[in-house]
Amino acid sequence: MLPGVVAQALATLYLITLLAVERQLLIIGLLGLAVIAVLGAYWLGWLDPVNRSFADREDVLGVLALVAACAVAAFFHDNHFLLLLIVTVVLYTVATLGLNIQFGYAGVLNFAGASFFGIGAYTSAVLNAHSAVPPLLVLLIGGLIAALVGSLLLLPVLRTRGHYAALVTIAFALLLKAFLEVNDVLGGPQGLQVKGMTIRGWAFNDNIELGNVELSFYMNYLVLSLALLAVAFILVRRLERSWIGLNLDALRLDETAASCFGLNIVRWKITAFTLGNFLIGIAGALFGMVGGFVAPNNYTFADSLILVSILLLGGVGSPWGSVVAAAIVIVVPEKLQTIQEYRFLLYAVMVIAVLLFRPEGLLPRPARNYFPGWRP
Amino acid sequence: MTPLLEARSLTRRFGGVVALGQLDLEVAPNEIIGLIGPNGSGKTTFFNVVTGIYRAEAGTVSFEGNDITRASPRAIYHAGISRTFQRSRLALPLSVFDNIMIGNYKRLNQGLWFNLMNRRGFKREFEASYRAARALIEVFEPWLAERMFEPVAGMTMINRRRIEICRALISQPKLLLLDEPSAGMTHDETTTLMDEILQVRAHARNLTIIIVEHEMGVIERITDRCVVLNFGLKIAEGPYRQIAADRQVQEAYLGVA
Repeated sequence: MLPGVVAQALATLYLITLLAVERQLLIIGLLGLAVIAVLGAYWLGWLDPVNRSFADREDVLGVLALVAACAVAAFFHDNHFLLLLIVTVVLYTVATLGLNIQFGYAGVLNFAGASFFGIGAYTSAVLNAHSAVPPLLVLLIGGLIAALVGSLLLLPVLRTRGHYAALVTIAFALLLKAFLEVNDVLGGPQGLQVKGMTIRGWAFNDNIELGNVELSFYMNYLVLSLALLAVAFILVRRLERSWIGLNLDALRLDETAASCFGLNIVRWKITAFTLGNFLIGIAGALFGMVGGFVAPNNYTFADSLILVSILLLGGVGSPWGSVVAAAIVIVVPEKLQTIQEYRFLLYAVMVIAVLLFRPEGLLPRPARNYFPGWRP
Repeated sequence: MTPLLEARSLTRRFGGVVALGQLDLEVAPNEIIGLIGPNGSGKTTFFNVVTGIYRAEAGTVSFEGNDITRASPRAIYHAGISRTFQRSRLALPLSVFDNIMIGNYKRLNQGLWFNLMNRRGFKREFEASYRAARALIEVFEPWLAERMFEPVAGMTMINRRRIEICRALISQPKLLLLDEPSAGMTHDETTTLMDEILQVRAHARNLTIIIVEHEMGVIERITDRCVVLNFGLKIAEGPYRQIAADRQVQEAYLGVA
């Protein structure tokens, strides 16, 4: 377990340094250093023990990762910008976990991830403005509505395979954006304000005062986002390490063989697609409240591509990979202000480099281990 | 006694080619039937029609007296027929255990709640399934039983065949369809594999087998009865000795002019 703890501690220190530094040259230097350090550790074989400790003691290391995230947040406790950045990473990770169920396990490529994310955010906007539904329930409803709207796509997605199903989702993303832009009830192209979260008088949009220390109000959202990530992570893990995960793998790899062994392809594709959209929708509902604003242009095809690139970069089917890749894809362009305008170029280069040199992603999915540490 | 599987005037064409022409076939419980014939004579098509991958154009198939002509592959598996494929169709990135469990679908609890929330119950089922899979594969190859959680991708042809046969057997089917189990293997490997299949059959009561095979040695050794196809038509039927002596069969298949 020690190698995993050491790796996590180093990564946390590095992240704090990277986030704290402002000078562009220094940031470029730090990013270069990270690449060299990781490659060096790889050549020296130091990454294998880290890998093993994550495989064996994922539970402990998962809790430590949450502690590390809190430590980073505590370090920047009054910095609105950086805390918002971290919340964004966490919620994009949750959304990518949803995509992971769809594409990573069931093989259904969803290029409308941002649309389902947006559906969650719009749900928050409407329910917070016009109803007294408790905010935690609003999150759940956001997920349910994303799943429900997604079920409109089921028929065409189930009737097509591979690339064709992906095209269906692209068409849906374009349609949804057009629909939102002409729909005045939902604010048209200007979008809607989203009221912040309030649980029993605890207003998430007020800064927190602890004695004479003031914490950014984003801290509220960060804690809730981390809780959501933990639940989503455990759910995805349990799914993978069950007969359902096996069914999804079987139908992705060979539908004909799977159906010859009784597997109900329609049932499991629906389960995976719906569950994925549900997670994406919940993350979107919370993200809407964090940002305080939704508009059709926030959730475009380009944002769906970002979600897909996080998935490919981290490793398809690998939840830890999604965490790492979300951090890279979201933090690097924000810190490198000089390349902001070229960030899509950066994503493209990263994805192409990964597909060429490490096609299974930064942290490839390991073989299914139903119960880590279990020996026959 | 009612036959286990009964095909009546089963017909399937591909364009102008008759893959199966009015085929009549009866399989009694506990029989081992050899299905032989030159390449393209309709053997695999017969399997695909029986397992519901292809639709029959005419004729009927019944299993234990129930009509299964229009049943889906899923329903046919649930009724108790399972198969292997001519070209191995294992899920290569998955482990030996995972591949065998794909064949165990009907005996595993597929409930959403059970799988996601009831980890204790799942663990019990997982352990029981592990023991069953291990016991089955040990009959074939103890070496494989020690490597249950290694990916299939790195395994030899004969081991892949063993895994495929275990995947078909784990659900305890009544009828097993073996599509050229010896394809891509040496003569000695084929002999070993057939011994293992016979051994499994000695353990499992009520297992009926239809085997498509080109190795006549195999057919002679393990089958009770043979059916010979040529251009989708049945040209002979009977014990191996009898059909091997048949003039028509020799012309079509055994290479005697």
